[in-house]
Amino acid sequence: MNKPLEDILVIDFSQFLSGPSASLRMADLGARVIKIERPGTGDICRDLYISNVIMNGESSVFHAINRNKESYVADLKDEADRSEVWQLIERADVVMHNFRPGVMERLGFDYESVKKVKPDIVYGEISGYGPEGPWKSKPGQDLLVQSLTGLTWLSGSSDKGPVPMGLAIVDILTGTHLAQGIMACLVRKGINGDGGLVQVSMLESAVDFQFETITTYFNDGGHPAERSKNNNAHAYIGAPYGIYQTKSGYMALAMGSIPHLGKLLDCPELLNYQEESDWYDKRDEIKGILANHLAKGTTRKWLDILEPADIWCAEVLSWDDLMDKEGFHLLNMIQEVTMDDGYSYKTTRCPISFDGEPIFSDKGSPQLGEDTEEISNEFIREHIQNR
Amino acid sequence: MKPLEGLLVLEFCQYLAGPSAGLRLADLGARVIKIERPGEGEGGRSLSIKNLFAGDESVLFHTINRDKESYTADLRDAEDLEKVKKLVARADVLTHNFRPGKIEKFGLGYESVKQINPGIIYGVVTGYGSRGPWATKPGQDLLVQAMSGLTYLSGDRDDPPVPFGMSVADILSGAHLVQGILAGLIKRGKTNEGSLVEVSLMESALDLQFEVLTTYLNDGHKKPKRAREGNAHAYLRAPYGIYETSDGYIAIAMEHLHELGQKIGCEPVLKYEEKEWFSKRDEIMEHLRRSFKEESTSHWLGLLEPADIWCADVYNYPEFLNSEAYKTLRMDQGLQLGNGDAIKSTRCPIRIDGERIYGSRAAPSVGEHNESIASEFSL
Repeated sequence: MNKPLEDILVIDFSQFLSGPSASLRMADLGARVIKIERPGTGDICRDLYISNVIMNGESSVFHAINRNKESYVADLKDEADRSEVWQLIERADVVMHNFRPGVMERLGFDYESVKKVKPDIVYGEISGYGPEGPWKSKPGQDLLVQSLTGLTWLSGSSDKGPVPMGLAIVDILTGTHLAQGIMACLVRKGINGDGGLVQVSMLESAVDFQFETITTYFNDGGHPAERSKNNNAHAYIGAPYGIYQTKSGYMALAMGSIPHLGKLLDCPELLNYQEESDWYDKRDEIKGILANHLAKGTTRKWLDILEPADIWCAEVLSWDDLMDKEGFHLLNMIQEVTMDDGYSYKTTRCPISFDGEPIFSDKGSPQLGEDTEEISNEFIREHIQNR
Repeated sequence: MKPLEGLLVLEFCQYLAGPSAGLRLADLGARVIKIERPGEGEGGRSLSIKNLFAGDESVLFHTINRDKESYTADLRDAEDLEKVKKLVARADVLTHNFRPGKIEKFGLGYESVKQINPGIIYGVVTGYGSRGPWATKPGQDLLVQAMSGLTYLSGDRDDPPVPFGMSVADILSGAHLVQGILAGLIKRGKTNEGSLVEVSLMESALDLQFEVLTTYLNDGHKKPKRAREGNAHAYLRAPYGIYETSDGYIAIAMEHLHELGQKIGCEPVLKYEEKEWFSKRDEIMEHLRRSFKEESTSHWLGLLEPADIWCADVYNYPEFLNSEAYKTLRMDQGLQLGNGDAIKSTRCPIRIDGERIYGSRAAPSVGEHNESIASEFSL
């Protein structure tokens, strides 16, 4: 299969997760991605270990984020290296970075400078908090942005303090938005030949993620989000929406009529809530009744009653449980990738399918500078004279 | 010029995942026409949160469907279906989120549409893909979160499974659909070929977990362990987390524990060697918790920020949305309703060529553009 972004060249100066997750998506869609890394350490993510897992000398997160890319080492303050990087840029379709505001200007690879050399470049940049404003030089870090944007008051139940979402959700969304903006500009370039500048920030992406609830806040008189007392799954949605303990584990219940549930589950107390508005206003009470009742039976028992009645419910699965399911196997979501030195590891694939086929890419992550020489030979005119 | 100007998108989608993709394409410049059933229109029109409505539609519906047009057609009616096929022949993109098998019954499956319009980018969102035992399960956000393992990552050690309090699988699958569609359009620009693009809530929820799943797949399938209290990431070592202070909370990112301990005068944490920061996370965080509780959030920020220790206050909506930093973004936008009223929402998070992108119109009423579309496309 021809991947859709074949013959697109991306020069990626970014590190950590937000930028590199965007270039990973473009790599999986067929683009060639060259990571520009500093000598010695490279992308800091290479030794950002989580739960002390080390894979072939580097962190598991680095391997997850940077597979299917090439690594080119350059000291952006060294004249000879800079001129080589410029020669790469001349051939690139996309340049991207996630330095704090002002850094790329100081290094001289900012949009205006790049545009002079390559007028039709699509240039993507990620900042923490946008190019201006009182927070612009704050560190753009996921947990901090979650904490500043109200996101930590949406998960968990109301007797808890703030509960962050337990993944770098803002980084991931920001990278997703950057990839969208870059690809939209590549569509335009295909139509009229123009390049473009794409700017996203973690702060704006975190606001966009909450577009439904922030819009609600604007139109409900400005109340803080209120989580339900127990079994909360969405601060703005009424009962039964939540996760409930059963005799055998946990189950999730989405929307549904409370009296109807009362009948199906043989829980007469729920018949008292005939008014739909009560399902939100009295959700703590209703969820309490449901929680007591569902604890008396197994998940299987309840699903066997509710699923045939087309009530939206599911068993709560751990990864171990999930990976035993036929439905999971059919998705074919896990792939094995291999590094240049032969080290292989398992990871997930791109979530987007094209023309009926999932996209697999068997190339693992690059060792630092692994492709420097080959790229030099391929792209750099004065390479031989200079070295 | 917005990047997608001149492109026509037909949206046969309901609720959040598909329509959020249409919204992003609209913001980036495409013209998006919702194809809705006559009468009630799409299901999202009456789906409200906090019972908020503006006109006949929920505020939620306006949020997701602003800056789109609405055309009604009964796909079971031969005459209506013919008109829709005429529109399909002119479209660049078609999106739908019917359950597998449904749209084929109307002769609008990919193979049939490709006959009408070979260059079309045809985007599909499902819950769990189009085959297997889950294909007919309801593709609903909370259920997908529950089944994907995601609920064991947030909250504290002794908490039950804690879902993300937001429709994260819907939002991400919509975002992935946009990415796939744009990639298809880029390819079409070079080859004139159309594409079928498919995403699902489940695959998007797994992709969201790609870092921790990769860790799990290569560490012998160890279960994620949330911190006992103040957990912010099951796989990150101390001090990463949220701590209570004397008047609120403070978030601390991945920091050097000893530097932090010295700065805040938390002696006991200095004795932990770096390799223990993960294995003894609960004890370490307990020591930090005692120290942070003694002073106010602003005291700690005043001490830590100048030392470039990554930390932040923990805001709720009124605090954040009234802050100077939020106002600087100019992220709010007003949307005009047909009756002259306006509601306030947020804009597209992507800036193009240095410009913020604003929309202007609230969501259309059911079939609001039937006449203008009929005359423009000679239906």
